Amino acid sequence: MVAIDILKETFWSLSANKVRSGLTMLGIVIGIASVITMVSIGQGAQASIASSIQSIGSNLIIVRPGAQRSAGVSGGAGSNTTLTTEDADAIKAEIQNVGAVAPEDSKRAQVTAKGTNTNTQVIGTVPDYATVRTIAMEAGTFISAQAVKSSAKVAVLGSTTRDDLFGAGVNPVGQVIRIKNVDFDVIGVTVAKGGSGFTNPDDSIYIPISSAQHFITGDTFVTSLSVAAVDQSSMVAVQNQTTDLLLKRHNISDPLQADFSLMNQADIIATASSITGTFTMLLASIAGISLLVGGIGIMNMMLTTVTERTREIGLRKAVGIRKLYINLQFLSEAVALTFLGGLIGVGLGWGASVAVTKFAGVATQISTSSILLAFGVSAGVGIIFGFYPARKAAAMSPMEALRYE
Amino acid sequence: MKVILLLIVWNLFLDYCLLLMRMIECKDLKKIYTTGDVQTAALKGVTFSIAKGEFVAIIGPSGSGKSTLMHILGALDNPTSGSYFLDGKEVSKLDDDELSDLRRDKIGFVFQSFNLLPRTTVLRNVMLPLLYSQTSEAEREERARQCLKYAGMEESKFLNLSNQLSGGQMQRVAIARSLINNPAIIFADEPTGNLDTKTSHVVMEAFQELHKKGHTIILITHEAEIAAFASRVMTIRDGLIESDVKK
Ligand SMILES: Nc1ncnc2c1ncn2[C@@H]1O[C@H](COP(=O)(O)OP(=O)(O)OP(=O)(O)O)[C@@H](O)[C@H]1O
Ligand SMILES: [Mg+2]
Repeated sequence: MVAIDILKETFWSLSANKVRSGLTMLGIVIGIASVITMVSIGQGAQASIASSIQSIGSNLIIVRPGAQRSAGVSGGAGSNTTLTTEDADAIKAEIQNVGAVAPEDSKRAQVTAKGTNTNTQVIGTVPDYATVRTIAMEAGTFISAQAVKSSAKVAVLGSTTRDDLFGAGVNPVGQVIRIKNVDFDVIGVTVAKGGSGFTNPDDSIYIPISSAQHFITGDTFVTSLSVAAVDQSSMVAVQNQTTDLLLKRHNISDPLQADFSLMNQADIIATASSITGTFTMLLASIAGISLLVGGIGIMNMMLTTVTERTREIGLRKAVGIRKLYINLQFLSEAVALTFLGGLIGVGLGWGASVAVTKFAGVATQISTSSILLAFGVSAGVGIIFGFYPARKAAAMSPMEALRYE
Repeated sequence: MKVILLLIVWNLFLDYCLLLMRMIECKDLKKIYTTGDVQTAALKGVTFSIAKGEFVAIIGPSGSGKSTLMHILGALDNPTSGSYFLDGKEVSKLDDDELSDLRRDKIGFVFQSFNLLPRTTVLRNVMLPLLYSQTSEAEREERARQCLKYAGMEESKFLNLSNQLSGGQMQRVAIARSLINNPAIIFADEPTGNLDTKTSHVVMEAFQELHKKGHTIILITHEAEIAAFASRVMTIRDGLIESDVKK
């Protein structure tokens, strides 16, 4: 009977004081919704950057020419010519647990096909590239060893490049494209990886490395080496041995003077995360301010109604209702109000995150901890400021409470 | 010698009986309100007792301390000094829950300013004292309807919100609320202050009927005509009892 009465009274009280309940809830709703939305945008950015880095390949170590950053010497133009295809062959032959090694020689170039043209990344590479970068074919085949050996004028298009040159969904195999005035036969199209950011694997053209050096770049060196370890646990060993081998091959005794640098995915992700982490912090602090404003709103509403509520409590005591029931009643009202507002706030924040993804194309990720934090803070504020004055009033004598101003 | 002894015993017996019959017993009650630096002595030492089943009218000029006395008698406020026994129990010695139970079980109180819950229907206002009790919802409503009719309230107004009533209607709702627990003592602070003569008589006849049923009734009034319904009239002036007349 008591529990039912408390629930019924809660319902009646909240619906009889719609404006009061509504305004209190508004503070909670705004606070919670903004925290959830903001944090979801920040976390979404973090996750999408991490996954686009992950999409490059797995267990990947990238070797670039040029001095180590940590040596404090920036690599000049001349130092970009230190890596060769022979280095790649040596790594593959001499180091254990290396799954595949792919040298590449890349350059941005203007590409034309039947009246359309685009500017894209032309990547000269070897068959192993498909392995290290986990490239799958949508149509045709990837570059073959034979093509590399014979400097064949063949090209594999990334899906975005295909869309730009031939139109979405068209199978361009057998067509001809022109890169820097040299005709190449299209032999395949890759499956879209959906990556974005600095290097988009979908917006590229792959040709044999020998053809690239010959017809496009005129280089004798390579712009980077991609080394794939067979598994996660051998990453460190492969990285160390690669460094040692390359130092030996380049006749460098002091590792600080190395004319190349190694980077693994974990390093790249860590760098990117530290940037997106700052971004998330910024959004979270904006959201924190709205939570604070919402909290002050709740507090304000609860405190302005204290006089009325104190009188009401005085009356309840005067007709013989025990302090315990009055406390339970007002606690129940504060809890109902904050939870109702909290649920609406979570729903609204969730909806806003989905809407941001859908209409603004920004990736979002709802985090449980942000929901719990926002919910906890506003529920805490609501319950403390809703219940505390009621508790105080219930401890007064009836006339004291009835006369309260 | 024997006669004297018998007389003493007889007197003691009478005293004891009287003590048993005393519903209300106050000694030297004082109440001083303090607002900032200003002190107002509303009651300056009041001593009296009221037996079970009496019908007492308290009269006196405005500001003489009538409401202050009623609040203390109704266990709603504490006196500054003096002692007050209600039904044999010293009220100032009761804890908070015992006080609540006392108000719920024995006391019906009609406030001078009604004190109804705002934005709440007439029926729910009257049912308020039954909240959290074992009484079923249906019975609560049934009793509330009876009490409202008893207090002379029109049935068409039962579902009106309390702030949509006239002063006289609010007064009758407040009276109905004081009756819902069938209390042994009913305190009514100017229960007819806002009523026309006809409705006043309806309400007073209801009080008289309750008195006949054995309820103790104490009411405050300004009108001699209303005081005439009572069997005892106490006059208060300036925080002191000026006269106390039994019919
Ligand atoms: N809460 C309070 N604080 C300070 N003074 C008060 C308070 N309540 C009453 N008083 C003072 O105590 C005195 C007695 O007040 P009380 O309300 O008991 O008068 P009353 O006899 O009921 O008058 P009325 O017939 O007008 O209702 C008055 O002088 C009043 O100003
Ligand atoms: Mg008064």
